[in-house]
Amino acid sequence: MARAWNAWKTTLALGLTAIMLFPIYWMVNVSFTARESIRKSQLFPFDFTTEHYGVVLNEQLPFLTTSFVVGIGAVLLTLAIAAPAGYGLAKLPVPGGRYLSFVLIVAQMIPAVVMALGFYSIYNRLGILNTIPGLILADSTLAVPFAVMLFTAFMRGVPNELLDAAQIDGASAWRTFRSVLMPISRNAAITVALFTFLWAWSDFLFASTLDREGGALRPITLGIYSYIGAQNQEWGPMMATAVVASIPTAVLLIVAQKYMAAGVTAGAVKD
Amino acid sequence: MSNAAGVVTSKVLTPKGGAPADPRGTRQRRHGQGARGRVSRALGRRTTWVAIAFVAPVVVYLVAFYAYPLVQNTAMSMHRYDRASFVTGDAPFVGFDVFGEVIGQARFWRVVGQTATFTLVSISVQFLVGLALAVFFQNNFKLSATLRALFLVPWLLPVIVSGTTWQWMMNPDNGAMNTLVGWFGVEPVWWLNAENALMSVTIANIWLGIPFNLVILYSGLQAIPQTLYEAAAIDGAGPWRRFWSITMPLLRPVTLITLLLGLVYTLKVVDIIWIMTMGTGTSQTLATWSYGMAFGKGTSGVIQYSEASAVGSILLIVALLFGLVYVAIQQREEK
Repeated sequence: MARAWNAWKTTLALGLTAIMLFPIYWMVNVSFTARESIRKSQLFPFDFTTEHYGVVLNEQLPFLTTSFVVGIGAVLLTLAIAAPAGYGLAKLPVPGGRYLSFVLIVAQMIPAVVMALGFYSIYNRLGILNTIPGLILADSTLAVPFAVMLFTAFMRGVPNELLDAAQIDGASAWRTFRSVLMPISRNAAITVALFTFLWAWSDFLFASTLDREGGALRPITLGIYSYIGAQNQEWGPMMATAVVASIPTAVLLIVAQKYMAAGVTAGAVKD
Repeated sequence: MSNAAGVVTSKVLTPKGGAPADPRGTRQRRHGQGARGRVSRALGRRTTWVAIAFVAPVVVYLVAFYAYPLVQNTAMSMHRYDRASFVTGDAPFVGFDVFGEVIGQARFWRVVGQTATFTLVSISVQFLVGLALAVFFQNNFKLSATLRALFLVPWLLPVIVSGTTWQWMMNPDNGAMNTLVGWFGVEPVWWLNAENALMSVTIANIWLGIPFNLVILYSGLQAIPQTLYEAAAIDGAGPWRRFWSITMPLLRPVTLITLLLGLVYTLKVVDIIWIMTMGTGTSQTLATWSYGMAFGKGTSGVIQYSEASAVGSILLIVALLFGLVYVAIQQREEK
């Protein structure tokens, strides 16, 4: 009987997952449906076509490249700033370290629209509106506090003895950090990198304010958004672009599920 | 709520799950312990400077890319900027006048009400659905881990992707949503018109937020010792009784944290609303109003930086108030 009950649970779970993921299925479905048939709203792409993906390749490639560059830039910047800070907070006697941790929590609660307004006026003065470095800087703010907290939590769990041993052998703090602590913290670094990339890739708010007139230097989120404003909304290419823009999420979820799960539950609940 | 993951980090992630445990760790401990005292005393003051050097980049970063934009935003709300003075930078100082004007507008309280509805309905439904799913996924059945992972997808997708998809599904003529309600004999709904916009963006936002609630509540449930349930079952408590007498009380801290984080994140949502409706009609919230005034388009035709900053500052104060409650609760829990 227990087995039958379990089969029922699996069936129910499959049903719930199908409902939850229906919008995503619908997006894929529309992206493969020929233009004339999209408005019929059929459950399967009977009138099958891949032409929308051709449009994506023609129109969206520069935006995809920009998003990729911005994502990588944000990852590098975030790692460079957050990893040393994590070491400091976890293992070194930082004066006022507690306050710094508090500031990091609060920083994450600041509404992005407020940040965007501030950035806009600063960038306007510095002349870095509509540039890739400007967008990298802004996007990194989505991740840096999270990254510092994750590194701190992770590094706190590394045994002191390992680090002391290196110092006794004459390694400087920097050398200890780079050659002992960082290799151990590989998983934390991967988790940080994955989330930072995903957030930078997905960012709409900073892109639409700080990089509105960036031409080809706009990210893919604005590439999709430009379809919305159009007089005659082209749903096929739009959904095809949306599918392409979802690829990083899919890849990360499949390839790196272990790290994703670590980031998602990191400290959500203590112990 | 795209970066909802971030906040929850506080403590747990330790190397035990991921990093290779050092097999020599134990041996080194004996060797290290005597030496550590001497070393740390010898290093003494120097380590403080080393520590400062390691956190200096993030401090500089926080000042330059958090504090400075915030100061800039506040300054803009206290000067009367228009398009020209935004470029030249010589806007007159007006104190809190702009705040007064914004609050005095007829629509201010309407927008506040809509923001409250959007936020409260979103977080309560997300929480209830997330909790039900978390309890359900606690059962170990075939595929449970895989399907639970698939539930994360809506949360990890770029909001522009989900937003445009929902917009298409809510198309009045042939969207999937109207087909769905049609099965129940409901007339086609104009989902995204002025009147229904708030309901529609709330539905989409609930969908976005369920994964986050599921994940946090699921790990909260995992932390409840299984033996408690077994003992209660032996004492004759049924599943319903066990849920109310064990699960709910023990889940209380996690519940509080989930709801508060949800609140802070939902208050500041711009993207899903803007992408679906541009904040038109009832879907205008404080966040989209501020965004629309600053960056044109939407319901406000002219750019109004000062008003946008003032609304943004009001939003910031509300978010920080709830944020402080969150921090206070978390600190108490850690003791």
